[in-house]
Amino acid sequence: MDKQRRKFLKIAGATALAGIGAPALVRLSASNALASEHEHGAAEGHAAEAAHGAPVEEAPQGVRLGMVIDMRKISEQPELLDGAIAACIDAHNIPQFDNRKSEIKWIWKAPFENVFTGESSYHLAKTVKETDFAVLCNHCDDPPCVRACPTQATFKVKANGIVAMDFHRCIGCRFCMAACPYGARSFNWQDPRPYIKKYNKDFPSRMRGVVEKCNFCGERLALGQEPACVEACKGTGAIVFGDLNDAQSEIRQLLDKEFTIQRNPSLGTKPSVFYIV
Amino acid sequence: MYNKGTIIPGLIIFVLFVTFPIWFNGLKAATVPKPELPPGGEKKCVESVEYMRANHMQLLNEWRDNVLRDGNRTVVTVDGKDYRKGLQLACMQCHSNKEKFCDSCHTYAAVKPYCWDCHLSPKEAVSKEETH
Repeated sequence: MDKQRRKFLKIAGATALAGIGAPALVRLSASNALASEHEHGAAEGHAAEAAHGAPVEEAPQGVRLGMVIDMRKISEQPELLDGAIAACIDAHNIPQFDNRKSEIKWIWKAPFENVFTGESSYHLAKTVKETDFAVLCNHCDDPPCVRACPTQATFKVKANGIVAMDFHRCIGCRFCMAACPYGARSFNWQDPRPYIKKYNKDFPSRMRGVVEKCNFCGERLALGQEPACVEACKGTGAIVFGDLNDAQSEIRQLLDKEFTIQRNPSLGTKPSVFYIV
Repeated sequence: MYNKGTIIPGLIIFVLFVTFPIWFNGLKAATVPKPELPPGGEKKCVESVEYMRANHMQLLNEWRDNVLRDGNRTVVTVDGKDYRKGLQLACMQCHSNKEKFCDSCHTYAAVKPYCWDCHLSPKEAVSKEETH
């Protein structure tokens, strides 16, 4: 056997051992470090374990605007809803088309079984069956439309939780329309201008190829006014608007008192619009 | 030079053709437009005239982002009068004639801003105010 070969085999063997052994060593030292860390933060570890079993919801922070729609009052006075819809149309230059394909909807009417698709409508109370429900964007806490938007034209306003639209950025891809489980978004298939009955000169119209929806009247809130639909039902309490995170707000008092339902809560979007049926 | 008879007249025709826009307008530049000053007599804008002339588009974009993205709708006060940030809410309150103000320069400079695809010019806004 030649000396050179013997030397080569020795080096190769040592290298192979080091190569196999090193990861094991690293793993060993890492688990040691973890173990010692665990001892240090034993108390924290217990808290984390407790949270593991049942996920605890984080304490909500900041303002989250929401709405409670009292359908008992609207079924008594259906003209309230008509007034609210008309107020919204006037405030936001919403076009009125004859055909449903082009329809632009911010707040609109729909029957119970279309609004609450997850609820059974078998042997529904007569008043509920015959009343048109008020439907609008739910301003979800976890809005799927915002995740779908490729240009961030739709986004959640941090200050108040409104799911807002920046029409300047919308490229009309309609991903948000596909993502929204509530059908709250409408697409401008054609120039809406000729179909706007009356202009509000403080608000823009939209153009062809842009998606639009309810904005919780962000522009009116900035002036210290209530949303147009809420104002239209003023004094009746049919629509209550306010901060869901403020325990003292009117809306929270109402939510604490009454049993409310939300549209399709199982999706986990956490809608901010509640219904008293 | 070969074919002098055709090349030189050809060159002359070519030069004349290329410079057509210059000599057709009598060797003068087109008159620079004078955008109409606010009919209401307001003298002071939110920024200096020079700044607005050069940067009004950036300012509008800033306002747009302030209002829509950052929720910063603080009013702009000029000479004791408050204006809400916005093309319709501030600019057009004084410059109430879009055709004589905005369009005069934009046409001259051959720029086509898409503001008016959505925003209502004062004339347009008034056209459907009464009908209801």
